[in-house]
Amino acid sequence: MVSVSDVPGAQGLSRDQLREVYFKMFLARSVGERERMLNRMGKGPFAVTGEGHEAAQVGTAYAMTPGKDWALTYYRDIGVALTLGMTPRDLLLAHLARAESIESGGRNMPSHFSSVDLRIVSGSAPVATQVPHAVGIALASKLRGLDEVAVTYFGDGGASVGDVHEAMNFAGVHSLPVIFVCENNQYAISVPASKQAAVTDLSVRAQGYGFPGVTVDGNDVLAVYSAAREAVERARNGDGPTFIEAKTYRLVPHTSDDDDSRYRSREEVEEWRKKGPLVRFGAWLEENGVATKDEIGEIEAKAMAEIDAATEYAEAAPTPDPASAMRHVFVEEE
Amino acid sequence: MAEKTMVEAVRDALHDEMKRDERVFVLGEDVGRGGVFRATEGLRDEFGEDRCMDTPLAEATIVGASIGASLNGLLPVAEIQFADFIHPAFDQIVSEAARLHYRSNGAWSCPITVRTPYGAGVHGGPYHSQSIEAFYAHVPGLKVICVASPYDAKGLLKSAIRDPNPVMFLEHKKAYRSFREEVPDEDYTIPIGVAERKREGSDMTLVTYGLMTRYSLEAAAAVQGDGGISVEVIDLRTVSPWDKECVLESVRKTGKALIVYEDNLTGGFGAEVAATIAEDAFDFLDGPVTRIASPDVPLAPYSGVLEEFILPNPEKIAEGIRKLAAY
Ligand SMILES: Cc1ncc(C[n+]2csc(CCOP(=O)(O)OP(=O)(O)O)c2C)c(N)n1
Ligand SMILES: [Mg+2]
Repeated sequence: MVSVSDVPGAQGLSRDQLREVYFKMFLARSVGERERMLNRMGKGPFAVTGEGHEAAQVGTAYAMTPGKDWALTYYRDIGVALTLGMTPRDLLLAHLARAESIESGGRNMPSHFSSVDLRIVSGSAPVATQVPHAVGIALASKLRGLDEVAVTYFGDGGASVGDVHEAMNFAGVHSLPVIFVCENNQYAISVPASKQAAVTDLSVRAQGYGFPGVTVDGNDVLAVYSAAREAVERARNGDGPTFIEAKTYRLVPHTSDDDDSRYRSREEVEEWRKKGPLVRFGAWLEENGVATKDEIGEIEAKAMAEIDAATEYAEAAPTPDPASAMRHVFVEEE
Repeated sequence: MAEKTMVEAVRDALHDEMKRDERVFVLGEDVGRGGVFRATEGLRDEFGEDRCMDTPLAEATIVGASIGASLNGLLPVAEIQFADFIHPAFDQIVSEAARLHYRSNGAWSCPITVRTPYGAGVHGGPYHSQSIEAFYAHVPGLKVICVASPYDAKGLLKSAIRDPNPVMFLEHKKAYRSFREEVPDEDYTIPIGVAERKREGSDMTLVTYGLMTRYSLEAAAAVQGDGGISVEVIDLRTVSPWDKECVLESVRKTGKALIVYEDNLTGGFGAEVAATIAEDAFDFLDGPVTRIASPDVPLAPYSGVLEEFILPNPEKIAEGIRKLAAY
């Protein structure tokens, strides 16, 4: 999907697309904030969100073809879910565990994204178990002669899990159309990157599995998009997997149950807030004449209106029928 | 119809299902050359490398990739070379395969089959002898089958592959080649979750599965011959979901229940059978619900004499029958 763009450095994205990317990033940021707010108000028992990861998430997902390519996400990927077509309403229904939630009808914790139509595969909580699934999906793509790509996401902590290494090795052996996206926010809850890996760039590991790995500035949405687009092209052309490490920073506590001041200074968080992906991309849009301050304000207002309407809808939506807890242990055959 | 070993019956089922449905494929360690037990022999030659695929030595990903492939339109049959080495895949089976359908409120499903040789009695030592059915029978969302006969293996494996849920298919390795049985060439299936009454009897109900079915039948014949004890033998065949009705109906008739399993006594699947009988057939019992199983030591020590000491066998089962019958 290479479109002609008159904006230098825009990676081929048109002005409308660039504004859409900003819209998705802002939407992701604000859905996260809304979920945290609802949690503090006592409405949802738990929130896990991705403020700070918007460039890494939207930048990669924007390179995918929604409904054709497969996404195997982890709990931070609000930006991936929204970019591929889930809505704030979907996410807030999940946050409040409503019956109508397409993620799980109130069975899974929030931010365990799922949509059959969008090929966002239902996720679980054990870190990184989704990674071998992406490899299996890509294997089926290859065996069936389809040009579908599977993209799987995990954190820097997740990158230590055996399943990730097994899966990358398998993908390398079979040269599968799969992309491994590591959102390296430099912490796994409180454990810093230095205690997670002895290498600075996790992407070097790809070499050991026989395919390319790149480390990108995960707060630069266009740099992420560019790496992801290239990886998608490689995968679609039958050239095999890519590992993308997007270096970023989580601007909020790990979850609503975490107090991050126990393990990182406020100054550090503030430094990263200034370098945050929305701040940066907003400035870029202005500098390059893609959107004025007012226009950015309009984009943000549109996102907020959508989130407000979604909140209202989700709060009014019914909770699940208690007895429905017994259903769907096995496939119900007619 | 021909007489076949169980490993031949397994191979026939795989072959027929691969022929019948091009979505079915086999993956695992060494399966390309037929596997260490030869259960996949000839499949690569007939169906090609893509449908009989050697994988890296990585059990979690053999199952994890199977889950993924099943989401994208295929019907994987994963072989785990020995049940003792399935533990690295426990997370993928329990957290993922078993829970995917439930956690997505029925939106996603995971039609995989995981085949693996299990069981002791072949001098396999502590790492080629384990029984694993109780771990998985405990988990909602999984079906668990234990086979130890050629006829059942073919019919149940076909059902497992066609089932829309994740199915654990446990093949007792001592039964692979130790005897032959008539196996129809035609297509047939055996329903999952249905037990088989292998022998009619009136003095007690013996509930068992896997290789212990064979040993229990030997024991039942022996006690009928010498002491005139009439034992009804039920082979569960599937431990999850299991055929409670068949068992309860029999116990209500005989008034006594003996449960025989090869796994360790504590928390073995037979404990669940015993609890159910105690709860739902209490009024009909005239003796204690009794279990014969391996004692709680790691299964199984390598030396033949140690192994023999630990594992249930026809003589120990016959002894248990006599003791219970004396009540
Ligand atoms: C296998 C497993 N171990 C531990 C946990 C508890 N846990 C949840 S998230 C997390 C940290 C993950 O960090 P990372 O992968 O870097 O992702 P991030 O939260 O930083 O985005 C831990 C330890 C878990 N969910 N699964
Ligand atoms: Mg992290």
